[in-house]
Amino acid sequence: MKRLLDALSPVLRPELTGNAESPEVDNTAYSPDSRVDLITGANDNTTITDKVCSIVEEKPTIGWWGFFLLAFSVLGLLGIFVPFLIFWGVGTWGVNNPVGWGYAIVNFVFWVGIGHAGTLISAILFLFRQKWRTSINRAAEAMTIFAVICAGMFPGIHVGRAWFAYWMFPLPNQMELWPNFRSPLLWDVFAVGTYFTVSLLFWYMGMIPDLATLRDRAKHSVRKIAYGALSLGWTGSNRQWHVYERSYLLLAALATPLVLSVHSVVSFDFAVSQVPGWHTTIFPPYFVAGAIFSGFAMVLTLLVPARQLFGLKDVITLKHLENMNKIIMLTGMLVGYAYSQEFFMAWYGGVKVEKFAFINRAFGQYAWAYWIMISCNVLAPQIFWFKKMRTNVWVMFVVSIFVNIGMWFERFVITVTSLANDYTSSAWDYYSPKLADVMIMLGAFGLFFTLFALFCRFLPFIAMSEVRGVLADQAHSRAAASARHSSESAADSASASQGEN
Amino acid sequence: MSAEMNNSVEVHTITAETATDAKAVLMLAEFETADQLMEAATSMRDQGFKLWDCHTPYPVHGLDSAMGIRPTLLPWIVLCGGFAGFCGGLLMQGWMNAVDYPFLISGKPFFSIPASIPVAFELTILLSAFASFGGMLALNGLPRFYRPHFRSDRFRRATADRFFISIDGRDRQFDIGANSKLLRELGANAVEVIEE
Repeated sequence: MKRLLDALSPVLRPELTGNAESPEVDNTAYSPDSRVDLITGANDNTTITDKVCSIVEEKPTIGWWGFFLLAFSVLGLLGIFVPFLIFWGVGTWGVNNPVGWGYAIVNFVFWVGIGHAGTLISAILFLFRQKWRTSINRAAEAMTIFAVICAGMFPGIHVGRAWFAYWMFPLPNQMELWPNFRSPLLWDVFAVGTYFTVSLLFWYMGMIPDLATLRDRAKHSVRKIAYGALSLGWTGSNRQWHVYERSYLLLAALATPLVLSVHSVVSFDFAVSQVPGWHTTIFPPYFVAGAIFSGFAMVLTLLVPARQLFGLKDVITLKHLENMNKIIMLTGMLVGYAYSQEFFMAWYGGVKVEKFAFINRAFGQYAWAYWIMISCNVLAPQIFWFKKMRTNVWVMFVVSIFVNIGMWFERFVITVTSLANDYTSSAWDYYSPKLADVMIMLGAFGLFFTLFALFCRFLPFIAMSEVRGVLADQAHSRAAASARHSSESAADSASASQGEN
Repeated sequence: MSAEMNNSVEVHTITAETATDAKAVLMLAEFETADQLMEAATSMRDQGFKLWDCHTPYPVHGLDSAMGIRPTLLPWIVLCGGFAGFCGGLLMQGWMNAVDYPFLISGKPFFSIPASIPVAFELTILLSAFASFGGMLALNGLPRFYRPHFRSDRFRRATADRFFISIDGRDRQFDIGANSKLLRELGANAVEVIEE
C-alpha cells in the first residue's frame, strides 16, 4: 500500500490544482463547552475563495485527466450498447418470462437511491441548522443530479423503444389516450421528474453567488461570458440576499417532504403489486432509509479522494466525514431492522407464499446475493462503532464501497427473487444478465463519473458563500469563548466582559 | 488584486474628489469587515437614505434589520404556486382519466382522491419550487447583466472578501462631497464614484 501510494504521489499531489497540501487536523474531539471548528487551519474569506476557485482556474491535473478519460471511456459502453438495445430490441436484456424486471429496474432504483443524499444534506440538514453541511452540500447536490440523470435513463430505454418515451407524460398522442394515473409507474414519472427539477433549481440557486465569484475573478473572456451569464448579474446585494435566503429556506422546506416522497413512490412500484415479497407496507420507510444510506456512501466514495486531490482537508474535515459515517451507521441499522421486520411479518402474517418468498431469499437460488447484501449493508457499517475506524479515511472509503455494492444487491434481491419464484412453481425460472445488461450498468457509472469530473473542473466545488458564513460564526464563537475565559480568570472584569457579549 | 487595491487611489474609476454630481450614478464604499459594515448600515438607515444597498460575500446575520429591510412577499407567491399545483394536479387527473377518456381499470372508480394524491403532491412541490425560484428572480430583478457596480475593479471583491455600501445616484440625499465624507467617517477604507 505504502509503495503504491508513493508511486502515485506525483499524480495525487494537490499542488497540481494550485492548492497546497492541506494538513489533516483531528477536530472530532467532543467538548461540551465549545463548538468544534468546522473549518480548520488559518482560513479566512480570502483563502477559502482562492482555494475553491483555483480548482476551476488552474490547469487540470494529470490525475483529473486520468480520471476523466477513464470515466469517459466507460461511458462509451453506453454509446455502444444503448444503440444495440434500440436496434436489436428487448431481447438484448437478460429478462425472461417470470423475471420481466431485470437490471434496468435494479439500476433505476439504485441510482435514484444514490440521489437521495444530496437533497438530504442540502435540505433536511439545512432545516436542522447543521452547519457541517456547508462544506459538502455542493458536491453532494451535484452527485444527486448526476445520479438522477443515470436513473432517468433506464425507464427511457428499458422497453427498447426509446422514441415512445414521451408516452410516460400526459401529452396528447396519436391514440388520443392519456396515461393511467392510478399506476405507481406513472407516479414515478412525476416523483422523479419533480425531484430532478427541484434538485436542479436548488443546486443552481445555491451556486449563483459562487458563480458570481468566479465571474469576478475570471481573466479569460470566454469564462467572463460563461460565468457572467450563469451568475445572472448577482452583486451580493443585501436586498437580494434577503429574498434569496427566504427562497432558499422555502426550497429546503419543499425539498424535505419531496425527498421522503420520491423513494416512497419508487417503493410503490413494488408494494402496490401483489407479488410475494413486494406487497408490504414497510416498503416506503425502508426504501427511504436505504436511499439515504446508499447516497451517503456514494458521497464518501467521491469526497474522500476529492478532498485529498484538491487540497481541501481543512474544509471537508474529519468531523464532516465522521458525521457522515454516523449517518451511514444509523441508516444501515434501520435497513437491517427492516430486513428483520420483513421476515417477522412474513412469519407472523401466516401467508404461505409470503413466508416462502423470504425463506427463499435467504436460502434459495439467490442466497449468494442475499448474503452479499446482508454482509455489506448490515455488518460492514458496524465497524463505525469505533471512533478510530470512523475517523480513518481508508476504512471509511472501503466501507463506502461495500455499502454501494450492498445496496445494489438489495435492489437485485428484491426485484429478482420475488419474480423468479412466485406463486406457481411451474412458472419459476432463474434470471441471469446478458452482456448488454452488465455493459449498460457499467456505462451508467461512466456517465456518473464523467459528469462529476466535469463538475469538479468547471463549477465551484464548495459552497463558498455558505462557508464564509460558517467562518464568521466560528470567529464570533471564538471571540465569545475567549471573553468567557478571560472573565473566569479575572473575576473583577467578569461582569463587564459578559455584559458586552 | 492585492495590497495596492486597499489604498484609496483608483485607477479605473473616479475618486470622490474629482467626480461631479450630475454624471454620478453610483457611489461605492469599501469596508474591511462585516462588523464595520453593520455599524455603517445602521447609521445609513437612521440618516434616511432610501436607494442604497449593502454588498456582502455571504449573507450577514442582522444586516437586514440594520438596513431596515421589510419581510419579503415571496412566501405568499410560493403558497399560490403550491395551491395551483395541487388543484391543477387533481383537475388534470380527473379530467384525463374520468372525463375526456374514461379509463376503466379493474372496476375501480374513474376518479378518487386517494389514488390522485401522489401526483397532486408532486405537482404541488414542483409548482411551489418554480414559484420560489421564479419569485426570487423577479423580486430581485434578475437576470440583469449590466450594473454600474461592475465598472469598478475594486467591487470585484464584493463576491469574495470585502464589504460594500452603494448609494444610487437617484437617492434624494445623494451628494458626492457629503456622502463620501460620511462613509469615510463610518469606517470605509475607500470611496468611489461611478459616472455615466
